[in-house]
Amino acid sequence: MPEEIDRIILRVAQVMIHELKLEDVTPETFEPDVDLVDEVGIDSMDLATVALVLQDEYGIRIDEDDYPKLTTVRFISEYIQKKMDK
Amino acid sequence: MKTVSSLLDEHWRERYQKISKLNIRSSIYDITNQCNLRCKGCFFFSSGEHKAASEEKDIKKWETFVDSEKQRGVNLAILIGGEPTLHLDRVEVFYKRLPTFCATNGLIKVPRDKFPDMMLGISLWGDEEDEKILRGKDTFSISSKNYEGDPHTYYLYTITPRQIGKTDRIIGKIQDVGLKVHMQLLSNDEGVDGFFWKPKELSKIRQEMDTMLDKYPNTVISSKYYHEIITTGMMLGWSFGWKECPSVTEPLDTRDPKPKRLIHFIRWASDLKAMHRCCTSETRDCSTCKDGAAHMSWVMVNKRAHMRSAKDLQNWIEIYEMFAKLYQFIPW
Repeated sequence: MPEEIDRIILRVAQVMIHELKLEDVTPETFEPDVDLVDEVGIDSMDLATVALVLQDEYGIRIDEDDYPKLTTVRFISEYIQKKMDK
Repeated sequence: MKTVSSLLDEHWRERYQKISKLNIRSSIYDITNQCNLRCKGCFFFSSGEHKAASEEKDIKKWETFVDSEKQRGVNLAILIGGEPTLHLDRVEVFYKRLPTFCATNGLIKVPRDKFPDMMLGISLWGDEEDEKILRGKDTFSISSKNYEGDPHTYYLYTITPRQIGKTDRIIGKIQDVGLKVHMQLLSNDEGVDGFFWKPKELSKIRQEMDTMLDKYPNTVISSKYYHEIITTGMMLGWSFGWKECPSVTEPLDTRDPKPKRLIHFIRWASDLKAMHRCCTSETRDCSTCKDGAAHMSWVMVNKRAHMRSAKDLQNWIEIYEMFAKLYQFIPW
């Protein structure tokens, strides 16, 4: 369901911008494939902050062991979608 | 949005990528409550931490404990004490399971056949005179013989106000025995007369540390940004202190709001059950704490705050690289 994944991508970007106080970017302009560590400079504590919000919102669990795989907004969104489908 | 690519040229991007995914998860372990020295100003004894818990003596329990620490995600064990080398069997338990750093006064030579690449940090508190005043003996004369030319050893030089103007000679001696050195400042937990830092002295020693880094680039493991932060207690306009410190034991951290902090960090007592408040003394005034690792960690956990300019991000990279070298995540 491409529409569903697009909605999740927008929401993940929105949470990330809000929680990490990212400037000069909107959910619509946030490039979903940009590397969050190598380009945006987020670290695992940032990711934990974002994960807490997303877990509550989507009713899923984001395992800390999975953090290394969650390197882009798209990967996070696909991860959420898979967990919701289970 | 500012990105790493928009701030850094290729050279700095390469350096950034070598450290950006290291995900260092350290914790600190008191190996023993005993020491073969009694140094004035050692926080472990001055704050009574050596009496906080009785040592676990069953080596099997140490093995089970370290296995559980590994499960908890720790990937760097920092061993302190007391003097860890008094109990090499406990040190070995860590070394066989985790990347391990051992802080020592260097009086006992760690057998390299058993611990071939374990990083050692030898404490040094100044020249012969200061060492005798603060530690009862000139430890350098012994430790430098024990570890001359060892590629996995460096001196952790705790500079006191009385060392201003003398660091060149000390660092020259360290270079002559083929070792590296990292500098930090004495916090003077026991209030020894003449060893409190005054603002003018901090300014002087900052200049001197910068000069030493320029003069001994292959011996001194440091960065000028680190010198700025450790001597001023300021980073990007924020003051170091309890509200900011990243090196607070996670289960004991009741601060609200929580600052950026080391994930899963715990400082364990030698009974393997009790926890200490932070990486240093529970009785220390955090506003005057000079702990080098705490200040480095303060910078390291605040990466995105350093993405406001190329220079800030380069400063952050230099400090992260310094930490990663000191704990062998990247080569010298």
